[in-house]
Amino acid sequence: MSTSLDGFDLVTPASLEEALGLLASDPAARPFAGGTDLMVQLEAGRLRAGRYVNLWDLAELRGITESPESVAVGALTTYTDIRNADVLAREYPLLVRAAEETGGTATQNRGTIGGNIANASPAADTPPALLVYDAELELRSTAGTRRVPYTAFHTAYKQMILAPGEIISRIRLPRRTGWLDYYRKVGPRRAQAISKVCFAGSIAMSGDTVADVRIALGSVAPFVVRAVQAESVLRGKSINDEAIAAAERALRSEVAPIDDLRSTAEYRLRVASNLLREFLSHSQ
Amino acid sequence: MPDRRSVRLTCTLNGRRLSLDAHPMARLLDVLRQQAGLTGTKEGCGEGECGACSVLLNGRLANSCLTPFAHADRATIVTIEGIASGDDLHAVQEAFLECGGAQCGICTPGIVLAAVDLLERTPHPTEHDVRAALAGNLCRCTGYMRIFDSVLEACRRLSASRA
Repeated sequence: MSTSLDGFDLVTPASLEEALGLLASDPAARPFAGGTDLMVQLEAGRLRAGRYVNLWDLAELRGITESPESVAVGALTTYTDIRNADVLAREYPLLVRAAEETGGTATQNRGTIGGNIANASPAADTPPALLVYDAELELRSTAGTRRVPYTAFHTAYKQMILAPGEIISRIRLPRRTGWLDYYRKVGPRRAQAISKVCFAGSIAMSGDTVADVRIALGSVAPFVVRAVQAESVLRGKSINDEAIAAAERALRSEVAPIDDLRSTAEYRLRVASNLLREFLSHSQ
Repeated sequence: MPDRRSVRLTCTLNGRRLSLDAHPMARLLDVLRQQAGLTGTKEGCGEGECGACSVLLNGRLANSCLTPFAHADRATIVTIEGIASGDDLHAVQEAFLECGGAQCGICTPGIVLAAVDLLERTPHPTEHDVRAALAGNLCRCTGYMRIFDSVLEACRRLSASRA
């Protein structure tokens, strides 16, 4: 242990209500779930000291429930839980693929989907799938519950619209049929890698033309983004070389990859463009 | 020294119920090694990349370097010291000895636990299953081939003993 725990505390509430009360009473307090991100930051000396509220045992934040309109995934659902959920495999396969490609077994057993969203890494693997599926987040605090579209959640690097004392409680996925899904993560190694580029796409065809399409990417902007311009270029078009080239141009104009220790901006742009081409070629 | 925020938690560690005192955010890895005296669990990277610190927490593989002590409360924990039955090695341990699956040994406890976890869930894994199950465990000595051989050999031994 290289890190001093002076100034840190981790309190375990007995209920969600108590947890929300603890978060409301101390604006600096932060939620703590599986620890797969926060414990890394702690050991690296990068975690802010203060009070953390242990959500891990709160049954209210677990479980996957189905209604005719949507499938709701509790924020504490782990990657392993996602991999084992038949309804997700049937209807939201990109989410299952993303869970399979996040970390190794030990990380998948402890990392949670709510944590993956709230950690707000631009390289996170489940958010592109959530964007493609038009996910809506349910946010809870002592003030009540509100729902926000996931597209409006991240606002800048590591910034999001969570109010003080508010947590992500559930992720709601609208039910859908007739879409063809595509997911590909490009990293240095097939397993347990952090993405250089992560691409999720979903397309609904009407005969030869694109009725609707969703495209989302990780690791090409300060937060995980939907490529709305590339999407609008494609709607109503047939997929041919011209449409693919126009979509690639639109995509290149709306992402902003950077050079960092994992890759370069130029490589990321090229890979993002190639993945778009592969996605569309598969859909022809 | 337990600090002022130290908490006392009870868990079942390798089949024995016991109480431990530590800071709730202390790494389970450190509590196991320093308070429980179980030094078979190793620290490799300390950031969840290498799997050397793997333990079974409530029947699931977990990196103890990323597990806060608070999550050990009322938990069932199995470390490498709890895998053999007395002097009888587990089939996975025997297979690692036979096939040369261990070299320097730092990664071995974590890999043995990952393999035990795999074979409990998937009694007849393919080589692909073995590779996927061990993707979170890094070894810098063996080149992995003898580790994969060891796990598949352990699977044969377990199947033979069940037959």
